[in-house]
Amino acid sequence: MAITVRIPTVLRAHAGGKSSVEAEGATVGEVLKDLASRYPGMSGQLLGEDGNLHRFVNVYVDDDDVRYLDKLYTTVREGQVVSILPAVAGGGA
Amino acid sequence: MALYTSVLDLIGNTPMVEVSELSPNPQVRILMKLEGQNPGGSVKDRIAKSMIEEAEKDGSIRPGQVLLEPSSGNTGIGLAMVCRIKGYRLKVVMPANVSVERRQLLELWGAEIIDSPAAEGSNGAVRRARQMAEENPDWAFLYQYANPANPKAHFEGTGPEIWQDCPEVTHFVAGLGTSGTLMGTGRYLKTRNPDIQVWAIEPPAGELVDGLRNLDDGYVPPIFTDNDGYNLLDRKTVIGPRESIEWLRRLADVGIFAGISTGSAMAGAVRCASQIESGTVVIVSPDGGWKYLSTGAWTEDLDAVVERARHTLYF
Repeated sequence: MAITVRIPTVLRAHAGGKSSVEAEGATVGEVLKDLASRYPGMSGQLLGEDGNLHRFVNVYVDDDDVRYLDKLYTTVREGQVVSILPAVAGGGA
Repeated sequence: MALYTSVLDLIGNTPMVEVSELSPNPQVRILMKLEGQNPGGSVKDRIAKSMIEEAEKDGSIRPGQVLLEPSSGNTGIGLAMVCRIKGYRLKVVMPANVSVERRQLLELWGAEIIDSPAAEGSNGAVRRARQMAEENPDWAFLYQYANPANPKAHFEGTGPEIWQDCPEVTHFVAGLGTSGTLMGTGRYLKTRNPDIQVWAIEPPAGELVDGLRNLDDGYVPPIFTDNDGYNLLDRKTVIGPRESIEWLRRLADVGIFAGISTGSAMAGAVRCASQIESGTVVIVSPDGGWKYLSTGAWTEDLDAVVERARHTLYF
């Protein structure tokens, strides 16, 4: 199942300059793994040595941050969009 | 009404009002805490007073001293008011693309504004302020993103006030900036009832993240990690400018005139209400609508307002 993955500016150099790519998988973890196999430069960027998401990387399925869903086990369905974003200071401060 | 001896005593104890008429689910009540009723006009009055009074207590600031803070608006305004009353000099590092009323308010209270690049957003203001604090060790750097007096103001104020007015609360929904409101209020509410769900609402990162050179330029506020935010939050969801402004406009139907981030919080409450069976959702309205009149948020064509919101920091 092909899922659209949005790539932030800061990581596009590792994804052939593209702002969005396709990857396969039924969970966020599978999608990221497939992404890393297509674009090897991405692997070290997304996950830490412990296998969890890098601390400055947020991953969303549609509008929801997967850290507060089932993390890398969060399921994705056809038509949903996975977005990778760097963590930044919020606006309302 | 009671008689107060200082404007500082007017901070906190804000009213809560029911806006359930706008709830998409008749089994879910929505209550809004109106932080725009604070004397400086926003929820940030709470942390401004708390951070300054904690610093006075531990001796890290003295009257006449220069204070420095990165802020896209409300914290700067709250601090500027408290500094004016107490006799401190304030410098605020602020992204250049905030609404004009914010600059005017800072000037009114006598604060000095230092611009940081618009494209770098709050992150850029934080980075610049940290650098300036290092170069000027005699300036006091309160630094809302790391100051425990920030969540403390909510743990001791906002949280208990909500619990007193609404012990039936099942969901607490608020915007994520420094994370102080969510960490302090959320942690307090969970000590009273661990079943209460805490939801964070955030604006889309949009162009703000384009200024980053690499991932290590990213930022998670120290108060978020210090308060175990990853475990405290039950949900974090993005609300875009169109939804925010649509709900902001609908809030006028029930007499609420609030800032744009209140529209985001309301949209978050509506999303929450439509995903649960029943409950009571409490949201924070961070400020009133006055500072946003120049944005045309209520009166101009929705598409034009949304497009402008993508380039301006209103949250």
